[in-house]
Amino acid sequence: MRALLIRELRLALRSGGGAGLGLAFFLIVVILVPFGVGPDSKILAKIAPGTLWIGALLACLLSLDRLFQADSEDGTLDILALSPLPLELLVAVKAFAHWLTTGLPLVIAAPVLAITLSLPGEVYFWLIASLAAGTPALSFIGAAGAAITVGVRRGGLLLSLLVLPLYIPTLIFGAKTATLAAEGGDPMPGLMLVLGLSLFTLALTPFAAAAALRSHLG
Amino acid sequence: MSIWELANPVRFMRLSGRVLPYVSVLTIVFLSVGLVWGFFFTPDDFRQGASVKIIYVHVPLAFLAINIYFMMFVTSLIWLIRRHHVSALAAKAAAPIGAFFTLAALISGALWGSTTWGTYWQWDPTLTSFLIMFIFYIGYIALWGSVDEPDKAADLTSILCLIGSVFAILSRYAVNFWSQGIHQGASLSLDKEENISNVFWLPLVTVMTGVFFLFLTLLLIRTRTEIRNRRITALQAREVL
Repeated sequence: MRALLIRELRLALRSGGGAGLGLAFFLIVVILVPFGVGPDSKILAKIAPGTLWIGALLACLLSLDRLFQADSEDGTLDILALSPLPLELLVAVKAFAHWLTTGLPLVIAAPVLAITLSLPGEVYFWLIASLAAGTPALSFIGAAGAAITVGVRRGGLLLSLLVLPLYIPTLIFGAKTATLAAEGGDPMPGLMLVLGLSLFTLALTPFAAAAALRSHLG
Repeated sequence: MSIWELANPVRFMRLSGRVLPYVSVLTIVFLSVGLVWGFFFTPDDFRQGASVKIIYVHVPLAFLAINIYFMMFVTSLIWLIRRHHVSALAAKAAAPIGAFFTLAALISGALWGSTTWGTYWQWDPTLTSFLIMFIFYIGYIALWGSVDEPDKAADLTSILCLIGSVFAILSRYAVNFWSQGIHQGASLSLDKEENISNVFWLPLVTVMTGVFFLFLTLLLIRTRTEIRNRRITALQAREVL
């Protein structure tokens, strides 16, 4: 299990692994927003939490289709399925590795990008907290979507169609947490809901993903 | 006769073939009686005027749209647990009908909203949930379309439907957290005093019954088509050998 985690991390971090790609994509999306809505810092500050959340969501999606695809193409997935590790645990480890290489860098980069959107200072903590609490949910929901679409025709496109609607609750709670903090409300309930959602997906989606993988393999 | 005997496609074809004409006639009767009654023999609402009559289109379609998704959830579960092919095919056949009903409910609601709320669209929890449900339907149909092996397609779409159901319910409550609504609450619940007046209620229930039978007719036709398709594919495979 640890070996698998280390393998996943190594593969992602080496050149061509695409870990940096998600981060670069996040940067581009967030930078594009001021070009679209204009440089007025009041408007930008208002939409900053939502923009950062949507950017994180899209960046997460970008690297998802490689989660099982590469392993399925070269047969690694079949070997992993034969190993004593249960398929559910395999999915959980891979999703966790995806979060470490995609979600975590986004959480760390978000405050830097928030400066460019002139986010008010007191909101930073809540924005980072909501992203840290919510990005695992994105990886775990995405793992289920990736498992369903592995080896399917036009799988990458289909993956976004299937996964993005599933991201809606996480996006709502996550962005609302930061928005509430910016408006002077109590952001705690929002943060709790994001955290709950992450734990919920952590417990639920590995089973769905493993069932989908079994159908692909057998 | 147990309901599981219908899992046998031959039995299902025989029974559905016999039932289909009756269901079609019931559809026509209920729909025409209900719609004519609703459109021409009920008073206008004192505030909304004649636009209240959109209720006879909007409410039945919306009601069915939700329940078709629930039906797909149940049939997907049956496929995953007991692997009855008719069940999976019924879910496949129901999805486009459900998607169309959802879209029609959204459009009729937008037209109704334009006269009563003064806007076609508002990011209201009820409207938003319906839009999300429509996207779920589209994704489900797209997944059926892109997997070639029938059993695998049934497996994957069933899993998607189960995940989708959980997240559809989550989204329903999440959007409540996100925005305040202008859509009214349930107008037909059984335990409330403030249901709509009987003058509107009776024709509405008639149309709803009609739309239900319409769904049943379409579902049976589409499921029968799917089964015949399956048979043709099997026969062709045999020819090649």
